[in-house]
Amino acid sequence: MPAVHIKDHWREQRLFDQRALICATIMAVATVGLIVRLFVLQVARHEYYAELSQGNRVRNEPIPAARGLILDRHGEVIAGNQPAYQLELVPEEVPDVQQTLARLVQFDLIRAEDVDELEGTIDSSRSFDSVPIRLRMSDEDIARFAVRRFEFPGLDIKTRQTRWYPNGELAVHALGYVGAISEQDLKHIDRAAYAGTSLIGKLGVESAYEGELHGTNGFREVLVNAQGRSVERQGAFVPNLRTRAPGAGEDLLLSIDLKVQRTAEAALTGHRGAVVALDPNNGDVIALVSLPGFDPTMFGRGITAGEYGVLNNDIDRPLFNRALRGTYPPGSTVKPAIALAGLSYHVVDPLAHRYCAGSFHLPGSSFIYREYHNEHHGAVDLDDAIARSCDVYFYGLANELGVDRLSTFMGPFGFGKPTGIDIGGEKAGILPSREWKAKAFSRPQDRVWFPGETVSLGIGQGYLTVTPIELAHYASILATRGKIWRPRVVAAYRDPRTGELHRIAPVSDGEVPGVTPEDWQRVVHGMIGVVTRGTAAAIGAHAAYSFAGKTGTAQVFTVSRTEKYNAKLVSERLRDHSWFIAFAPADQPRIALAVLEENGGAGASAAAPIARKVLDAYLLGADGKLKPQT
Amino acid sequence: MIYEDVSSGSRTRRTLTGAARVLSALQIDGPLMVGLGLICAYGLIVLYSASGQSIATIVRTALRLLLGTIAMLVLARVNPNFLRRSTPWLYAGGCVLLMLVVTIGHVGMGARRWLNFGLFRFQPSELMKLAVPMMCAWYLHERPLPPGWPSLGALSVLILVPVGLVAIQPDVGTAALIAVAGSLVIILAGLRVRVMVALLVLAALGAWFGWSFMHDYQRKRVLMFLNPQADPLGAGYHIIQSQIAIGSGGVFGKGWMNGSQAQLEFLPERSTDFIFAVIGEEFGLLGLLLLLLLYVFVVGRAIYLATQTQDTFARLLAGSLALTLFVYVFINAGMVTGLLPVVGVPLPLVSYGGSSVVTLLAGFGILMALYSRRKLVGS
Repeated sequence: MPAVHIKDHWREQRLFDQRALICATIMAVATVGLIVRLFVLQVARHEYYAELSQGNRVRNEPIPAARGLILDRHGEVIAGNQPAYQLELVPEEVPDVQQTLARLVQFDLIRAEDVDELEGTIDSSRSFDSVPIRLRMSDEDIARFAVRRFEFPGLDIKTRQTRWYPNGELAVHALGYVGAISEQDLKHIDRAAYAGTSLIGKLGVESAYEGELHGTNGFREVLVNAQGRSVERQGAFVPNLRTRAPGAGEDLLLSIDLKVQRTAEAALTGHRGAVVALDPNNGDVIALVSLPGFDPTMFGRGITAGEYGVLNNDIDRPLFNRALRGTYPPGSTVKPAIALAGLSYHVVDPLAHRYCAGSFHLPGSSFIYREYHNEHHGAVDLDDAIARSCDVYFYGLANELGVDRLSTFMGPFGFGKPTGIDIGGEKAGILPSREWKAKAFSRPQDRVWFPGETVSLGIGQGYLTVTPIELAHYASILATRGKIWRPRVVAAYRDPRTGELHRIAPVSDGEVPGVTPEDWQRVVHGMIGVVTRGTAAAIGAHAAYSFAGKTGTAQVFTVSRTEKYNAKLVSERLRDHSWFIAFAPADQPRIALAVLEENGGAGASAAAPIARKVLDAYLLGADGKLKPQT
Repeated sequence: MIYEDVSSGSRTRRTLTGAARVLSALQIDGPLMVGLGLICAYGLIVLYSASGQSIATIVRTALRLLLGTIAMLVLARVNPNFLRRSTPWLYAGGCVLLMLVVTIGHVGMGARRWLNFGLFRFQPSELMKLAVPMMCAWYLHERPLPPGWPSLGALSVLILVPVGLVAIQPDVGTAALIAVAGSLVIILAGLRVRVMVALLVLAALGAWFGWSFMHDYQRKRVLMFLNPQADPLGAGYHIIQSQIAIGSGGVFGKGWMNGSQAQLEFLPERSTDFIFAVIGEEFGLLGLLLLLLLYVFVVGRAIYLATQTQDTFARLLAGSLALTLFVYVFINAGMVTGLLPVVGVPLPLVSYGGSSVVTLLAGFGILMALYSRRKLVGS
């Protein structure tokens, strides 16, 4: 085909029109495609995108619920909430952060050594977020800042709720404390429910009843822009945002009587030890003392490493809950149980006298078991043996009973297992038996039970250990003549809105089997003898009520190798632990208790007087007479 | 003159005729002018909301529109023959300026795009959006159509030189638009279908080749287009947020200044490249359909005008200018709705900023000049 290079205007016009038409068609198709796309986005998937846009612009700001109060049995506040004042800084409103911090150091509002860390925190915060730079301001700090406020644009004092313990250290080992939520805590809690909560219960009531105390956090929907800054409005439109009010946590009414608690702590002050007092009729904990203690407020405001180090390295171990976790040999306080075992198994005639010459030895053995302080009790019957705490009598009785019967009989009294107290954190003592020994030791020659070990058991030494709560529990079982109530610190919930009380029913763990009322009475009589004519006769004098008790003196066998202190200190710490258990009134007991004074010496001299003060505090009215039973 | 014959009777008719006479005297096409005016007015209303109620933005945009309108009015009166004769000079000058940009241009936002003349900064690539299609039309004006292979070769060089210079600034978006404007001239000139297919294959090869030369951020944009959810806070953020804006607008929209995505700044570049999404959020599907309708009307009218011109240069140039507007709209809308990758193409006449408004209106001025002088050309 010959190449034609002539311009044909008519043909070109047609060609152009044709092309224009094709282009217009393509355009139309593209437009339709675009409209379909818009239809998909704006009609078909509208709800999906509407939700996304809502999620974009609305942020839930949690409103923390007020933590429930903790009250004693008379309604006195043990733990409450209090606003704390803190200094906060909004970075974008501060002209010169460095200079501002320097000025604050100058006015002693922040510490110079914190400046670097604060600058880092401020740098990493969003410019419009308020950064706390000083927690827990004192009234004086606030006043000092207030007069210079005009010099500090972008700084303000804000309040937040913190836990408040008006009585300081009082009852801290029952109460526990609240502290910052830790990694460990995060594993147990529902993070969504705790959004906005900064403190969580640690130990004691605060931890065991965390669920009730915490309440339900509310929220407030806040309009935010893309940077997360909360804004009042967008364009001309003020949006409708939802709010849910928080539900305050439940108040807890404890069975603890702060008056008794104070008396017990005051009586024990200056010593290491524990006091646990129970209502034997229902397991209510009347007082739970472990000394020394610590101020729980420290943890709520954020304890410093230094403060924690001081507490943790203290030789007296204030963080250690002796009442629930300290295990000690019970000493002679077990004698009533041994006596009951002897009576129940008909191993002993209560009226028959045995002769105490100050020592005991097993047939065919040269090892001599001595009387405490080498006393000679002479001829003693069961009643005397309890009242005067004759070791020789109980060496023989234990030997005659044998370890199997002893461990079987003592089990129901709560030896060797936790009492099940509602605040948890308990450690169990040891009730030795052949099976226990076979498991507890690794060397074959150590796994055999020796008859000599049974003899020690008779006076509460050897492998037998108890915690103060276990021993108080045991005292309350003796008091009720065999009825077992599980100890509990929290007696009722109170709805913070209606004030309605929901009492918690006491939990019964049954009864001690196979002990006749006469046998109970014999042993109780012996225990009354302890405070009238026996080892603790001094403390029973002039009591407005009858009561029963038993002293105990536990030998300290070893001192931990880590405790290397001067000779005077060590010798003090090698002294015997002093025990006393009691219940009163003896016929219709309302209170049973165990008192431990570490290294206090003999039970009668150290622990028993404390017990008497606690009994008086609980039982006597203002007139010094026994209060009528309520 | 045709308008004199219809002047009669009613007052309305007379007024209309009066307006028509003014338009005619200015050599302005009435329907096109109205269409463009409506788009600009719509754009200003949206921009007020999208800029966060910034009066300053509106004033600056109005000034640019004024400048563009003046350019349009002036160019509409220029003799097309003069325009055609000066085309090679304009093209050559543009290329020189582009080379200057590459060597001594002003650096902004990681790219060298502007020439700084002290008083104002000038983006020569904007000039080339007009100069390249003009040059192509000029080249084909005297030659028989459809163009043969030698012509296609020459045209390719004419297009690719400025495109290459713009692409290395780097401004791939504008380079692509310049290439599109030039290519449209060739297509309208009657490029054979099989040649088109061959070129498409070439383009695909070119794309593959281009990928290997792309900057990281450009590659990222392409990848992001393919899967925006892969990095929701990074590169895919724009697309996700603009789709949320449009989708949440629904049929009727959230209302003027009530678009939470736009007002709370979740939508990036809300007053510039992504203003289409603001319209979708605040005025809904109906608002977008109205906008598309206006664009289609303007483009349709412009194509009609192109078919009415009588010489090759005018026809090809007018057609290319008309279609280019649609390409802009489609690329922008496609990008904002997630149909196309994110390329920095503003929504013509609506997006805030840049000299593109002036260029566009100037282009329509040229188109009107080509149309109004059709008889002169023909005679």
